[in-house]
Amino acid sequence: MNFTRRYLLPRLVTYFLVVFVGITMIFFIPRFLPVDPVQQLINRLSAQGTYMDPRVVNEMIEVLRELYGLKGTLWQQYWGFWRRLLRGDFGPSYFQFPTPAFTLIRQSLPWTAGLLLTTTLLSWIIGNILGGLAGYFSNRRWVKILDGVAMAIRPIPYYILALALLILLAYVFPLFPIGGGFVIGMRFTFNLRNVLILIRYAFLPALSLVIVGIFIWFQAMKLVVQSVKNEDYVKYAKMGGIEEKRIVGRYVIKNAMLPQITGLALSLGQIFSGALITEMVFSYPGLGTLLYNAIFTGDFNLLMAISTFSILLITSSILVIDLLYPLFDPRVRYR
Amino acid sequence: MQVLKDLLRDARFRFGFIVLVILITLAVMSFFSPYNPFRWNVVPRDLPPHWPHILGTNSLGQDIFWQLTFAVRNSLVMSLIAALISRVIAVNVGMVAGYRGGRTDRFLMFLSDSFLVMPLFIIIVLIGTIAKGRMSLPTLGLLLGVFGWAWDARVIRSQVLSLRERDFTYTAILSGAKTISIVFKEYMPFLIPLIFATLIGNMSWAIGMEVTLAILGLTNLNVPTLGTTLQWAINYQALLLGYWWWVLTPVVTSVFLFIALYLISVSISEYLDPRMRIQRIGQQG
Repeated sequence: MNFTRRYLLPRLVTYFLVVFVGITMIFFIPRFLPVDPVQQLINRLSAQGTYMDPRVVNEMIEVLRELYGLKGTLWQQYWGFWRRLLRGDFGPSYFQFPTPAFTLIRQSLPWTAGLLLTTTLLSWIIGNILGGLAGYFSNRRWVKILDGVAMAIRPIPYYILALALLILLAYVFPLFPIGGGFVIGMRFTFNLRNVLILIRYAFLPALSLVIVGIFIWFQAMKLVVQSVKNEDYVKYAKMGGIEEKRIVGRYVIKNAMLPQITGLALSLGQIFSGALITEMVFSYPGLGTLLYNAIFTGDFNLLMAISTFSILLITSSILVIDLLYPLFDPRVRYR
Repeated sequence: MQVLKDLLRDARFRFGFIVLVILITLAVMSFFSPYNPFRWNVVPRDLPPHWPHILGTNSLGQDIFWQLTFAVRNSLVMSLIAALISRVIAVNVGMVAGYRGGRTDRFLMFLSDSFLVMPLFIIIVLIGTIAKGRMSLPTLGLLLGVFGWAWDARVIRSQVLSLRERDFTYTAILSGAKTISIVFKEYMPFLIPLIFATLIGNMSWAIGMEVTLAILGLTNLNVPTLGTTLQWAINYQALLLGYWWWVLTPVVTSVFLFIALYLISVSISEYLDPRMRIQRIGQQG
């Protein structure tokens, strides 16, 4: 009971507050910018050389304002925005008119979720194990080599790394397809062969994400373990004659994990920025590509929908990790 | 000066420092450029590196070396604006939250948590898309500054929290010092190295963001920066056409810049950690 009141409730209240603040921010930012998305669209159309009757243009502006939910006073718009949001209605997309933006997101979400969740978890696990061992045995030769590699790879902008991988493994040595998520024109049915094809297509984007991810976790974990290693209880365990393997696994790494779990929650927040560049470079058909298209066509509804969705997804996954946290940290449980 | 001398004994800091000095020299050289960076076709196109165009020329008819000097200058200035603004916010939020504690602390930390959790990149992209191309470099710096303070505010807060419990704070309070003078006179010296280390980390973040946004075509592509130089090269298929000097110049420069900034910030934060410092001095002695 005490746990619910002290940990669970504040956490849930914060969650709803953050979602509320985030979505409110996304609503107000475009409305306070000096640029009008409707006017911008009209400008783009006339720049493409379409001749339009001024009366038609006025009508179009009206219709677009209606579609984009930009009609009425700010408060009416805000109220309408929440009402539609709760019904899951984000309006039609402009770039694939009249498909609702929500449908487009639903189609591409599984791709992104599958790729990024797998790679984030995979690199988190591998990076932490490697970093844990490296921090404990910090004088070994392989640790120094890994350290050097990490230091060289970390600062390289992700975009450049991904491009280099693509050129090397799909163009110079054509081991993997140069882009896409699945064989063009084929429908995905669930059998072993198709799953293998799926993995082959996802391999390069996943590889680029995992390489960067592993080294980020490696460095963080190594630092934490190096400081945990010198704690008194580790010295006592050594003096008590406990096997080294057991000390590393049961005492050192387990304690060093705690900040890393918080780190995992925070890195989930970076998933979407990761997705955008990855999917753009490897033309992978997920949310990032959708966002890229939305940017290039100036698709206001789709942009709003993707931003709202990313806030909801990220805050929810962080909430889940926070709620699981007491399982790992007894101090939170018994406070 | 003594601090700089101590830091320079670290090979990593030395490397980073030298690279940074070279890049700053490049940035200063842009003031003596014989060409206007906004004009096209001022030199013959697509020349490989050769005197007098030591880094070659691009398909727009610009000299890549002189273009690079402008790019480095603009990127550095932009990231400095972003880092300074976010430092002002982070220092104020961190100090107030750490010193006042209680409800103020909870509110401010809620604010910074919201910023940490939110997909800021998507929000910046949203702003960039709507403001398309109109975003000037200082505006971009301002925007990144407003969004990039949350984590550092937490770091500074935890430092202030530990400073507040030290004896000298009580001595100062008992001798009647005002809150403002305690915070700025007594705590600042402890915080300055920390602020400097986070400043550098933030600059590197801002430069990376600018490169990403430029590749998406969301910044003003006429202003040469590291990002827009790369964007033009990719846009003109420089890699497929074999104009490696055009692509590699911004790539190599930004990789060196990132490594330098990273090494400097690692070296400073190790210098701040007294345990590490003793280890290092012990090794050398």
